[in-house]
Amino acid sequence: MISIKDLRFRYSEGEFALHVPDLGIEGGEKVAIIGPSGSGKTTLLNLIAGIRSPQSGEVKTQGTEVGKLDDGARRDFRIRQIGLVFQEFELLEYLNVLDNILLPFRINRSLRLSKSVRERATQLAEEVGIGGYLGRYVRHLSQGERQRVSVCRALLAQPPLILADEPTGNLDPTNKDRVLDILFDYCDRDGATLVTVTHDHDLLSRFERVIDFKQFYDL
Amino acid sequence: MSDVLYLAWRYLAFHKIKTAILVASITLIVFLPVGLNVIVGQSSEELTARAEATPLLVGAKGSPLELVLNSLYFDADPPELTTYAEALRISESGLANPIPLYVRFRSRESPIVGTTLDYFEFRGLEFAGGRPMAVLGECVLGSKVAKDLEIGVGGTVISSPESVFDLAGVYPLKMTVVGVLDPSFTADDEAIFVDIKTAWVIQGLVHGHQDLAAPEAAAGVLKREGDTIVGNASVVQYNEITADNVDSFHFHGDMSDYPVSAILAVPEDQKSGTILMGRYEGEEELSQVVQPTTVMNELLDTILTIQGFVVAAIMLVAAATIATAALVFMLSLRLRRREIETMTKIGGSRLSIGTILVSEVAAVLVLGVFLAGVLTLVTSQFGAGIIRTWLLS
Repeated sequence: MISIKDLRFRYSEGEFALHVPDLGIEGGEKVAIIGPSGSGKTTLLNLIAGIRSPQSGEVKTQGTEVGKLDDGARRDFRIRQIGLVFQEFELLEYLNVLDNILLPFRINRSLRLSKSVRERATQLAEEVGIGGYLGRYVRHLSQGERQRVSVCRALLAQPPLILADEPTGNLDPTNKDRVLDILFDYCDRDGATLVTVTHDHDLLSRFERVIDFKQFYDL
Repeated sequence: MSDVLYLAWRYLAFHKIKTAILVASITLIVFLPVGLNVIVGQSSEELTARAEATPLLVGAKGSPLELVLNSLYFDADPPELTTYAEALRISESGLANPIPLYVRFRSRESPIVGTTLDYFEFRGLEFAGGRPMAVLGECVLGSKVAKDLEIGVGGTVISSPESVFDLAGVYPLKMTVVGVLDPSFTADDEAIFVDIKTAWVIQGLVHGHQDLAAPEAAAGVLKREGDTIVGNASVVQYNEITADNVDSFHFHGDMSDYPVSAILAVPEDQKSGTILMGRYEGEEELSQVVQPTTVMNELLDTILTIQGFVVAAIMLVAAATIATAALVFMLSLRLRRREIETMTKIGGSRLSIGTILVSEVAAVLVLGVFLAGVLTLVTSQFGAGIIRTWLLS
């Protein structure tokens, strides 16, 4: 599913540098990435997703070297192959819950917002317990509910890979478990891969593998 | 495309106040110069058209503008009054056909225009119903007056007293409506026309009262000196002219000394007009003759100069407003950087995201321009009237 070889990345400003000699994640695996703040965990997720390109080395996702695709192809790849979940939810305040879930289908022409997609969005919302809030603006939801909206948005295109950047960082214990349950259930059901960055060591036991990022942190 | 427009619309709808302020700003900066231009254009057209249809005006020396505005639009305060003798003088000269105008009295808000039947022919006014006034106390209504007052042929209108506290002043006269004019879309639509003698009746110069020689009027006799009978204040003066009392109405003094506000002089030809104008050149002359087009063009020149200054000021404000609006959009983009990044991360194409942002700006501009268009349309319907009222008030 994900294959990384001799990956090197450095931001144009600052001294941060990331070096990942070798890392592989199998399809259907549920992996947690831990490590100190600033160690490059989020950067790695961005590299896997093709949001950033490495200066050298190779990152293959689903057998595709995303970093070498042009901008448009990278976005198309991302929107079909990867579901992104963020710590801060990154929902649009001016859209209601349903429109936030449907957002990927509205901003990329390669996806068609059909009736079945709308039905799936509604069904997903029902499954995660926010079916009654579809018409509400997200500012009227609790933190846990907002993250569930964010998860629904990530899962709507039924991607084979979920990249979650501290998805439980802003949630209480009950909601942490609930959000992880949703992600795990999806992966179990659809055979998708889950890569989650987390600081929460209490949750690590739920993952099949834990990658400690300290080993890649290279000053 | 519809999805992108939908997202742009949702953003604008969510930020209602910000959107409303931006739209209102765009509306104003577009409407103010355009609307002003439309108003001035229409006013110029309307004022010029009426003036061009009026060859010469004769009146007492004084403000030519007041003379023209009062005689053409019936709205301004009466100019210095001249006398009916001036009309007779023009008639006797054979140079022009005089149409006297006495525009001083009102019935509620409507001006009462004392004139002769020639006026209807000169202005090409047609009757929607009834006939022209034939005897004292009859009147003809302009189309708008008839509509506003919901009065037709057979109804009555009453002249308004000039001052309720002035016991020696003008008393109300009840007049019978004998005709209603077709709309002409000029000031004539808003006027009540009476024979000039009826206007003098309103003023009290021509009046009717009890026959003091009759025995039943004995209580009203102050003294008798031969054939002359002097009445006292109890003599009943008629405030309505009927078939029964019309014979009692009579003139006091010489009719040629009776006042008129202007004489509309219709020359036989251009040469006659020029000669007539020459006759009013003398220093000792108490009257003046004016060409309404000249007077109105001077007024319009002033208006256009003012318009130029106003438009220049508006343009400066517009430039400042556009700069502020651009700043608002740029600040908005900075505030939305995270939102834009999120859309990019989850797969939004640059084109789609750019189109959303451009659509938001375009929607504000289009809505602003649309509203400015609506306002301009409304202005074109009512603006000229408002400006005319403002000019004449």
